[in-house]
Amino acid sequence: MKRRHLLATAALGLGLVFGGAAMAQDKTKACFVYVGPIGDGGWTFQHHEGALAVQEAFGDKVEIAFQENVPEGADAERVLTQMALSGCNIIFTTSFGYMDATNAVAAKFPDIKFEHATGYKREHPNVSTYNARFYEGRAVQGHIAGKMTKSNKIGYIGSFPIPEVIMGINSYYLHAKKVNPEVELSVVWAFTWFDPAKEADSAKALIDQGVDVIASHTDSTAPLAEAAKTNGAVIGFGQASDMAEYKDGPRVSSIIDNWAPYYIKRVGALMDGTYEQADAWEGIAGGEVEIGEITALVPAEVKAEAEAMRDAIAAGTYHPFTGPINKQDGSPWLAEGQVAPDGDLLGMSFYVEGITGEIPK
Amino acid sequence: MFGSIDPALLVAALMVNSVPVMLAATGELVVEKSGVLNLGVEGMMIMGAICGFVTAVVTGNPYLGFLGGALGAAALSAVFGVLTQVLQTNQVATGLALTLFGLGLSSLIGQSYVGIRPPATGDLPLGPLADIPFLGVAVFGHDWMVYASILLVAAVWWVLKYSRVGLILRAVGESHEAAHALGYKVTRIRMLAVLFGGAMAGLGGAYVSLVRVPQWTDGITAGAGWIALAIVVFASWKPWRVLAGAYLFGGISVLQLNLQAAGSAIPVEYLSMAPYLITILVLVIMSSGRGKAALAAPACLGQNFHASR
Repeated sequence: MKRRHLLATAALGLGLVFGGAAMAQDKTKACFVYVGPIGDGGWTFQHHEGALAVQEAFGDKVEIAFQENVPEGADAERVLTQMALSGCNIIFTTSFGYMDATNAVAAKFPDIKFEHATGYKREHPNVSTYNARFYEGRAVQGHIAGKMTKSNKIGYIGSFPIPEVIMGINSYYLHAKKVNPEVELSVVWAFTWFDPAKEADSAKALIDQGVDVIASHTDSTAPLAEAAKTNGAVIGFGQASDMAEYKDGPRVSSIIDNWAPYYIKRVGALMDGTYEQADAWEGIAGGEVEIGEITALVPAEVKAEAEAMRDAIAAGTYHPFTGPINKQDGSPWLAEGQVAPDGDLLGMSFYVEGITGEIPK
Repeated sequence: MFGSIDPALLVAALMVNSVPVMLAATGELVVEKSGVLNLGVEGMMIMGAICGFVTAVVTGNPYLGFLGGALGAAALSAVFGVLTQVLQTNQVATGLALTLFGLGLSSLIGQSYVGIRPPATGDLPLGPLADIPFLGVAVFGHDWMVYASILLVAAVWWVLKYSRVGLILRAVGESHEAAHALGYKVTRIRMLAVLFGGAMAGLGGAYVSLVRVPQWTDGITAGAGWIALAIVVFASWKPWRVLAGAYLFGGISVLQLNLQAAGSAIPVEYLSMAPYLITILVLVIMSSGRGKAALAAPACLGQNFHASR
């Protein structure tokens, strides 16, 4: 009797589960593919915040799913296919390296929307790309770096030599140079988005050579942790996320990626039927790039200048890439007063004049 | 060519950089010498990283942190030991699963520890030694774990080569049937070796989260365990060569970052692949000798043992 009772309960439970699954089909399912762990405190953490914001905004009407630590390359295609088969209506792939995988899988699932972050390929009508104008934030940080350096050596930890990263290095350097003509930039390529030990080693290599301001384009807080060991001799910036836990130490400001508005907009558009293929590239003005609080370590007038630059960029009265700017080899790129076209920026494969060193190929 | 690189700082960075991999590889060497192949080093390291971190933060004592890291990773390796030695599962598959398990479990334990700073592990005061030009900066300005790791390599070398325990351990690894026939408890000895390997990997992991990158983030060891496995092979199962291998891998990775920071024209890709090329080269040279003996691998490596067979 008891056993039968148990079986009946189990059957009832199963029925509920399947019933629930059937009902879930009416929900919009938004899926996210992450390159790192959501606990990285940087890039992936911010994307996940965006995903949670979608859940918050639409409540029961959407279901979110995500996968962390998905390697870029063949594995990504497998994960994407799996997600597409599992009933996702819209899939956000949040790293540059997923570009080809996203387009390949999108070809097989024309009814599912794919959104690729930081890419430029939209080979199918169901593929959109979105990005943020991080170089706007880097301009503000470059200004602070140029003013704050005592050794006139500033450093930058690059992830991969792709336009996105090179653009940031150029913007950072140009604005440091503008306020401090003596400044020299050292770039270290870590060839990883997320490897805290390697990021810390990169920061250490820069510090060992006299660099006293470090910016990074990798995803963890490790460079700040390394800078913290110098007891205030070296400062740095939060990257992707505010990294506020280092506020009383080396972190003097930060670039914050805020993906929530975009994610909510796109999922919302899909739900009310207004969704269209897009190529989004928002910046400070659109709220996607935020400048984290500039701390008291930075003198008041430098802080005011940096905030004025931020506001000018937001108002559209200042573009960080305004000529005259020459390429590294001395050939002219932008004439006096000319503003860089987006196409040039998105395909950027050269350093601007004054940066020594070569971009790895 | 070396521009603004300071050789003393380079050596200093190299010594610190190599510690986690050296500890984990030394532990794995003992495990493999006993005839067990544990591919779960990465998982044990990251368990050591989080257990060490949690212990240090909770107790406020970095020394207890290292102890906690070693115990946590040893506990994880005990799972591997029970599965492979008692339940006779496949060692390769179990080891790989152990890595995945360790990565997941550490992430779970670490959820509420993101963004916390652990208590600092102080440098070992070596008094006047630190004032010696060059050597003072390069060799005598480190935290105590740097020296402890070298002492541990020395201890493992001595035990394996000169002590009775080492002899028994090697006998079990070379021929478990013969060792069993002589009355040695093969399973028990291997179990202890696995626990020791886990503790060493845990120390290495704790070093990452407490000293090298003093913070916790998911996946913080980022593949160091796999390099440790490669170094054991590279070292052809000899402790001092483990030390040399760890310094080679660590040194080249530090050097390439420094060369970049100094604006050197040497393409970093060449340096990045150098340790792996050397490992392959060593393997080719070793295997070109007289069969398996030339490979120096313990003869029973990876084979399960059951007394009733």
